[in-house]
Amino acid sequence: MDRSQGRSGGIVSGTATAPATFTGNRALQIEEPLIFEMGQPGRCGVDLPEPPKVKDRLNGLRRSGDIGLPGLSEPQVVQHYTRLSQKNYAIDMGVYPLGSCTMKHNPRINEKVARLPGIGDLHPLQPVSTVQGALELIDRLAHWLKTLTGMPAVAMSPAAGAHGEMCGMMAISAALEARGERAQRKVVLAPESAHGTNPATAAALGFTVKPIPANDRGRVDLAALKAALGPDVAAIMLTNPNTCGLFESEIVEISKAVHAAGAFFYCDGANFNAIVGRVRPGDLGVDCMHINLHKTFSTPHGGGGPGAGPVVLSAALAPYAPYPWIVKDGDKWRVAEDDGALKSLGIEGTPLGRLKAFHGQMGMFTRALAYIMSHGADGLKQVAEDAVLSANYVMAALKDTMSPAFEGPCMHEALFDDSFLKDTGVSTLDFAKAMIDEGYHPMTMYFPLVVHGAMLIEPTESVAKEDLDQFIGALRSLTARAKTGTAAEAFKAAPLYSPRRRLDETLAARKPILRWKPSNNPPETDPLKQAAE
Amino acid sequence: MAEVKYSEEHEWIRVEGDTGTIGITQYAQEQLGDVVFVDVPASGRKVAKGEAIAVVESVKAASDIYAPVSGEVVESNAALADTPGDVNSEPMGKGWFFRIKMSDKGELASLMDEAAYEAFVKSLG
Repeated sequence: MDRSQGRSGGIVSGTATAPATFTGNRALQIEEPLIFEMGQPGRCGVDLPEPPKVKDRLNGLRRSGDIGLPGLSEPQVVQHYTRLSQKNYAIDMGVYPLGSCTMKHNPRINEKVARLPGIGDLHPLQPVSTVQGALELIDRLAHWLKTLTGMPAVAMSPAAGAHGEMCGMMAISAALEARGERAQRKVVLAPESAHGTNPATAAALGFTVKPIPANDRGRVDLAALKAALGPDVAAIMLTNPNTCGLFESEIVEISKAVHAAGAFFYCDGANFNAIVGRVRPGDLGVDCMHINLHKTFSTPHGGGGPGAGPVVLSAALAPYAPYPWIVKDGDKWRVAEDDGALKSLGIEGTPLGRLKAFHGQMGMFTRALAYIMSHGADGLKQVAEDAVLSANYVMAALKDTMSPAFEGPCMHEALFDDSFLKDTGVSTLDFAKAMIDEGYHPMTMYFPLVVHGAMLIEPTESVAKEDLDQFIGALRSLTARAKTGTAAEAFKAAPLYSPRRRLDETLAARKPILRWKPSNNPPETDPLKQAAE
Repeated sequence: MAEVKYSEEHEWIRVEGDTGTIGITQYAQEQLGDVVFVDVPASGRKVAKGEAIAVVESVKAASDIYAPVSGEVVESNAALADTPGDVNSEPMGKGWFFRIKMSDKGELASLMDEAAYEAFVKSLG
């Protein structure tokens, strides 16, 4: 199979071209095949005894042919995956300025705690008497989340951000139903710059989504919002700080107007990391908000575990929180799934039932609580302050040469548009690819959609000042090169030094190969083959 | 010669009798970048002016396509499923999305002619 797509024939360095190597490897960067392209039939990593002869009951359906697994020794498998992992970029390798993803450092104490035998070896079906500590851990984290947000209740089970949105919007839907207004209130308002999951969640629950425009300061247009509010509106879904990295400065007025119209205020808490310890969403009139534990409290994508999206709820929505609830009877913790448990908490209502098996993402709960307790209240406040300071430092250092989308100061993200690249022939995509050659993972590009050629940089609080200075220096150099007006070709050629050159994203999207097939001749529609021709 | 009108959402409609053929403009395809998927409506679907009726997905973003006029879908461009790139190469030709039998031709008056649309695009910078 030809796997040459994106592979450079030689490395361009200045004007000289380094020759291709005989092996295709570059120094100790190994050109790695797919595991299915490796190995020998019959080779095996373990020495298993012959199975005893047993009479099967398969009526001739017993498989006798090859099942198509590659035959590899243990060192071959270990080397294969280690080499692949070395081609990967991770938060443990350097600056990872992916806006909206909050790629902050995952402190090692989180991992130490998550691996304690009493936590790491738990099974969700263990007798409750043997997991008292784990239940107390969930309750302790719930207490912190309620305290940090100033909200009276929290649903711990949602598995990640979008699942949390679903949970919160289902609670709103249930509350409207209880008021007899669900049929009449069909509209959910969402700003144009919203995370795509907001309108998707609303639509999945049968609401109609109406976009609210932004004003020229990048915030919700309050007049347009007020004009859109009416007896048909169920809720607004609003992110704060918003996806442009800006604090919605009129948020209290927004929540008052929303409540006056009889609607609910769903706050997307994806950016809570910028205000944790500084602002309590409950004080802003929020009815519910999901918290991405895996952003605000470390452990981002690839940083230790899956997501977790607990939802804090106002008193009006608390009765509709899904099961299970962790309650304490006397000195014993238990996992409650009955109305009686709610009554013991002083809550009258009709919970949603279950959203998910078991109790939530225990590994993430553990890491989030470790993060919170190791930082303490003062440390969490500094987390938000340092994240905002870092982003503003980037914005201030680049605003004379790149083009900020909105007037600063910003919150935790510095957002630029592509007007500084106008007439240079260099696009946002080219600029991002050139960053890879300079040793930086690109920032988020083309999001939010409301900003042309957007570049969204979120340095987080994890990057030291001298590392930020280097990053800024690289961006300034790239910007200066782009502005010479003669560098478009060089930018279009980037990246030069990555394991693969510029991939054909269009062909990959139009004709994706979703699984390897045991064929020596790739089909005509194989984009790898087409790219090679 | 058929009349062509344009919407502020960057759709064009070519009017022939009661039928209008709808697609997206050159400006829209440039802004989207390489189109990788188009979801066109089924024939027989009734649609109101301004309603989201199709979806176009590019390497950069997914966008709704809004019906510039009310009516009933009579034909859609099935070929786009295999060759979404037609939207980039011939946005006003082979890259058409669907045809609609208009229920109120008066709605066309609210759309722009070519000169007005060109001025509108220019005003976007």
